[in-house]
Amino acid sequence: MSRLIVTSIGPASSVQDGGRLGAQRYGLTVSGAMDRLTLAAANTLVGNEPFAAAVEIGPFGATFTARDGAVRVAISGAPRNADIAGKPVAMDSSVTLKDGETLTLGFARGGAFTYLAIEGAIKGEEVFGSLAVNARAGLGSPYPRPLQAGDEFAVDAASGAPELRIELPKPATGPIRVVLGPQDDEFDDANKALFLGSEWKISATSDRMGYRLEGPAIKHLHGHNIVSDGTVNGSIQVPGNGSPIALMMDRGTSGGYPKIATVITADVGRLAQTSAGTAFRFKAVTMAEAQDEARRFQQLIRTLPDRLRSSDTVELNIEALSDANVAGYAVSAMDAGTWQVAAEP
Amino acid sequence: MAATLPPPRLLPSGDSAVTVEFSRTIDDAANERVLALDKALAASPIEGISETIPTYRSLLVHYDPGKIGFDALGEKLLALATQPLPPTTKARRWRIPVAYGGEHGIDLEDVAKALSTTPDDIVARHAGGDYRVAMIGFTPGWSYLSGLDKSLHMSRRQSPRLFTPAGTISIGGIQAGIQCLAAPSGWHLLGRTPVRTYQLHRNPTFLTEPGDRVTFFAIDHKTFEELDRAAEAGEIIAERVDA
Repeated sequence: MSRLIVTSIGPASSVQDGGRLGAQRYGLTVSGAMDRLTLAAANTLVGNEPFAAAVEIGPFGATFTARDGAVRVAISGAPRNADIAGKPVAMDSSVTLKDGETLTLGFARGGAFTYLAIEGAIKGEEVFGSLAVNARAGLGSPYPRPLQAGDEFAVDAASGAPELRIELPKPATGPIRVVLGPQDDEFDDANKALFLGSEWKISATSDRMGYRLEGPAIKHLHGHNIVSDGTVNGSIQVPGNGSPIALMMDRGTSGGYPKIATVITADVGRLAQTSAGTAFRFKAVTMAEAQDEARRFQQLIRTLPDRLRSSDTVELNIEALSDANVAGYAVSAMDAGTWQVAAEP
Repeated sequence: MAATLPPPRLLPSGDSAVTVEFSRTIDDAANERVLALDKALAASPIEGISETIPTYRSLLVHYDPGKIGFDALGEKLLALATQPLPPTTKARRWRIPVAYGGEHGIDLEDVAKALSTTPDDIVARHAGGDYRVAMIGFTPGWSYLSGLDKSLHMSRRQSPRLFTPAGTISIGGIQAGIQCLAAPSGWHLLGRTPVRTYQLHRNPTFLTEPGDRVTFFAIDHKTFEELDRAAEAGEIIAERVDA
């Protein structure tokens, strides 16, 4: 066994996985990763099940040190600078920390959550099939609370497998898609149009329980009290003050405010990764479209292993380079001839 | 009166869940329908359904759109939801000990004053009730009860408390509750029970189920301490008295 020590870490960082399913009927919060796709990508890179337990790192930086042997890890999610003793580590790739080496992760540059998966996964005592931290209920393992400096994980010794990177599809940039309901009939057409037609920003007071949305006040037809009913990840409820709240992974299992719309499964992670203060819009889609997207999302997660590449063979991906803006000195990011070193005269 | 219920409605809750709504208001007849549909789905599962969450007046059904689509599932759910209710089976019944008033029920005196009566009278009315677990939600084990004596209906506190202790027995509006974990609450705190409706590493982890019947009985504060220690050690101290 090796150990991975959390040598420094910011707030809003915790162990998360696919969540705690099956006991919502008893009020047990689901929790789990805010961005399931990049949790799955990080896990896939080190050969774990897609929703195995990993470290969800909040917007601030973090450092991890290997002890008593080498540890193989992978990072995916909100982009940030990463290095081991000054040697850069690319996002969406695996890397092996030798005994005593430290992986340093900077602040998230856009987005909020980055996942650090560990080969062999984080080990602990499952409750309802999950190690996910839900601080309010005192659940989660090995630490039933957000991570702190000095915490450590007993992990498998690194396998020595060749390092990999993963080619994820370019993230969508359009509006966050929703299906109206379950209580859209608690709002008149003008207020539904206001919800769908306005620019929204995520408030800085948001957390894993809910994202508060700043924008125009949405008015109810019959007041803001409904009889409590069940909630889902991405339920958008409108409390009395008219400021919608998108319920996230640590949501209560039931709630008593009308829910105007529900974020589609494929876009919940994208909403989770929207930085506070960034303007965005919602767009209503039909149930058929939403379910097609949900199936495509499932398919994407199932086929993540097909997207693995050797870290040695860096195929230049013009689109990715252009997005990452690493070709800043090039005459044209879209014209490979201006920067592709391998191009023969 | 089941006859007064409108036909159930299917409310989309995103692409992977649907709410089957039987009523817009708190209504025991609607709640019976919810629990009957929940039982029917447990008895003959529909491929693709992963989890159901019964609430006062609706059943939230989580499902995998990779296995069944909204239209196909909705049709099956509505067919089940409109079936005649099965004959009522005997419900489980729990007798829950409560230490009323004092430090354990800091609102008891105020509630008595507001209703122009004595604390003992409030205790008698609350403990004399015959309750039903209508739903469990908000935090683990929080059991929402219907059946509160009409004379105890009173609106919630103007400003909710950010902390109320584990085991709180409270009333709010037309509802009564058994709270398991410490949590914020706007309800009136009448007492505390040493019973844990949720306790990890105990079998069962969750004590109450929607549909269970509940009655309360008063205990003194010394008995509370004794039972609390036993409960902490994992003993199920609620008395099960299925008739």
